[in-house]
Amino acid sequence: MPPPAKTAARRAPAKGRAPTSDYRVERFTLDNGLRVVLSPDPSSPVVAVAVYYDVGMRSEPEGRTGFAHLFEHLMFQGSASLGKTEHFTHVQGNGGTLNGSTHVDYTNYYEVMPSAATELALFLEADRMRSVAVTQDNLDNQIAVVQNEIRVNVLNRPYGGFPWLLVPPVLFGDFANSHNGYGDFIDLESSTLEDAQGFFDRYYAPGNAVLTVVGDLDVAQVTAWVHQHFGDIPARPVPERPSFAEPLPTEERRATVHDRLAPAPAVAMAWRVPDPQDLTTYLPYVVLAEVLTDGDASRLQERMLLQDRSATHISGYLGLLGDPLDARDPTPLLLEVHHPEQTPVEAVLATVDEEIERLATGGLPQAELDRTVARMTSRYLREIDSVLGRATTMAVFEQQRDRAELVNELPGLLRQVTAEAVQAAAATLTKDARTVLELRPGGAA
Amino acid sequence: MTAPAPTARPVPAVGKPRPLKLPSVAERRLDNGLRVLAVRRPGVPLAELRLRIPFAAPTGKTGRVHTAQAALLGDTLLSGTASRDAAQLAADVQALGGQLSASTDADRLGFGGSVLVDGLPGLLELLADVLTGASYPKREVVGERDRFVQELAIYRSQASVIAREALLHRLYGDHPYGRELPTAEQVEQVKASGLRALHAKRVVPAGSILTVVGDLTPARMLGLVEQALGGWTATGSAHDTPPVPATTAGPALLLDRPGAVQTTLRMAASAPSRASADYAAFTLANLVFGGYFSSRWVANIREDKGYTYSPHAQVEHPPAGSRITVSADVSTPTTAAALLETVYELGRVATTPVSQGELDQARRYAVGTLALGTSSQAGLASTLSQLAGAGLGLDYLRDYPQQLAAVTVDSALEAAARYLAPNRLTTVLVGDVSEIEAPLRTLVDLQLG
Repeated sequence: MPPPAKTAARRAPAKGRAPTSDYRVERFTLDNGLRVVLSPDPSSPVVAVAVYYDVGMRSEPEGRTGFAHLFEHLMFQGSASLGKTEHFTHVQGNGGTLNGSTHVDYTNYYEVMPSAATELALFLEADRMRSVAVTQDNLDNQIAVVQNEIRVNVLNRPYGGFPWLLVPPVLFGDFANSHNGYGDFIDLESSTLEDAQGFFDRYYAPGNAVLTVVGDLDVAQVTAWVHQHFGDIPARPVPERPSFAEPLPTEERRATVHDRLAPAPAVAMAWRVPDPQDLTTYLPYVVLAEVLTDGDASRLQERMLLQDRSATHISGYLGLLGDPLDARDPTPLLLEVHHPEQTPVEAVLATVDEEIERLATGGLPQAELDRTVARMTSRYLREIDSVLGRATTMAVFEQQRDRAELVNELPGLLRQVTAEAVQAAAATLTKDARTVLELRPGGAA
Repeated sequence: MTAPAPTARPVPAVGKPRPLKLPSVAERRLDNGLRVLAVRRPGVPLAELRLRIPFAAPTGKTGRVHTAQAALLGDTLLSGTASRDAAQLAADVQALGGQLSASTDADRLGFGGSVLVDGLPGLLELLADVLTGASYPKREVVGERDRFVQELAIYRSQASVIAREALLHRLYGDHPYGRELPTAEQVEQVKASGLRALHAKRVVPAGSILTVVGDLTPARMLGLVEQALGGWTATGSAHDTPPVPATTAGPALLLDRPGAVQTTLRMAASAPSRASADYAAFTLANLVFGGYFSSRWVANIREDKGYTYSPHAQVEHPPAGSRITVSADVSTPTTAAALLETVYELGRVATTPVSQGELDQARRYAVGTLALGTSSQAGLASTLSQLAGAGLGLDYLRDYPQQLAAVTVDSALEAAARYLAPNRLTTVLVGDVSEIEAPLRTLVDLQLG
């Protein structure tokens, strides 16, 4: 019998002790290159299994926009041992939930299951890592499903794709960074089974993936199962991850879109930020976005929502999809402001500039930084309290930084961010460096 | 795909699930009538709180005034107290590593909060300050009122909202459930003095339930709550939502959204509450029909025909009457065909028995996912609070699997015939009438809205 797993997270800290977590991290690598992280936590009889492939929308070839996401759908259509819909019925029919999602820099798949079904979840992920099995009918079907996904989330929705699909073509120049990751309908319809096999062969090699298993598990038992089910998947060459770096903008970039479904205007501002790989220079920007936009006591919300009443909704975040810790370079800080028609967009921009300038020249009081970091910490701890949040957080840290332990270290790193560093970050959000995307309600004039 | 498929391997068997160990719930009724539930859940050093205050609107014209006032009350509760303005209150919550929000619906005023565990006493004090001293400053009320009017316009520009409002109005008419949101004109009538009066009359501890979950002993949490909220002494009685009217389905309502690339299809009817004897059977019948991804309807209109991305059949439990809502956003040219398949699958489950395999699969899903919902502090707090609001305790999570275990093919058919028969569901479609009206008329009676 293995020793009982220790309590997953530290108990309530004594007064003055920094709030954090103490989740265990066990890692190993299979001969075929698959990287594995296990983290036991016996507090509930559930387990989360996540597989992260190091390929996302940026790696799509020209003429195949949206392919990374379409391919994610195909990974549910059949695999070495399973027919269409069987993956779903095995997971749900054993009391679990599942999904997958496609991001700028990675694609993930996950199950949350009663822990009695852990081996089943591992088998299912291994089976489709070994081989996917898609027929022409299933490909045609999923192209139609994805087109309906785009209709419901973008085409038939006010503010659809704003700003995540609409900012990149203005902010970036290279195809990899600027194209529509949901996909052009013509590109989706042109996709073939050969494209799918090629994409799988190239990017879904075991050595290009990270597997995390978190929750009610026995490390020795799960290690044995991982070897049993994933161990004989043949190794394949792991693609060198290309640099997607491109030059910083040297002057302001602006564009306007017309949204015939939207009743009121909005504007997005984006600035490129330092490479997230270096957390010391990157985290001050993450904190900055919160200082500017998190809650009624943040700089922009207090000014524009409470004092001036010049906006109706403000949000700010890093990364196109809003997760600051899963994006690679190049990536933006985004501010999104919805405002009444009576507030001209130039007035919105001027106020935002003024508040950024006030921070850049006047500095950030320590108490304001402390309360900002306190809430960021509790929100983060809340996220990783769920086994799924923990499994996905550990997977992305392991994949992009070789360090799943960051799951416990992040609160400490946030506390090391200084007021001066946030102030210096604010000073880089200049007019010349920004991209502005205006959304005008109604059809194009 | 082009590569030869490797040999199929056997799917591992799944053992017996480890039983869900339910935490013990400590309970205390304070002298002011507030019912407090506290559960210790170790894990991250956080605490969660949920407060439910009965806040039902009356039926009729007074109800419409209430709906507008209640919505704005939720928006301005945190806009200031005698000792703090809105920004100060927000800064004080944030400094605790906390968040606190308030919102209202047709039944209740709800607060949700979370905080670093050391900050729980502070968050409870701030909550008490708001409950006993929210001042509804005129400037904030006017500002939020203007903002809310604009947000309503944005909200109502979404096809899903247009469909939901029409559907609920069809189902419930003048009952508060029939108009979840006020009109802009009703909102513009709201005044700060009205909010203060409504607060004084209805934000009362009697009938309210506070749930606290965190990494502290229940005794300590109960003590903290008593200390902070013991001074909340407003008196008044709780208001329950009036009973919902009985409705018949009537013709399908078709609303025009010119140029829409999809049709927003919604169908709904009353459903059994969690306390009903046939609830478990209904749940499993609904799962087999369309209540989860591995259902007949999803297999049909998504995985076979590709008409839609996100079909789902969802059960909601507002206290005055549970309901089932069948939702799919379907591409415009496939609208009639998608409705046909939906009616077919509803009719099939309501008239012919499901297979034992389908039933068992749905049952394992229903039992297994119970454990997932309570495996985090936030999930446990929300679950406990919702159950308490429905007059149920955590032991429901222990008893419900037994009810699910007792469902047979026959009882599932009986429940499906009672609740999922297509002729009892009210139907609303929002789409491009010029494209979809004629094909729809071949299937159903239509009323153009």
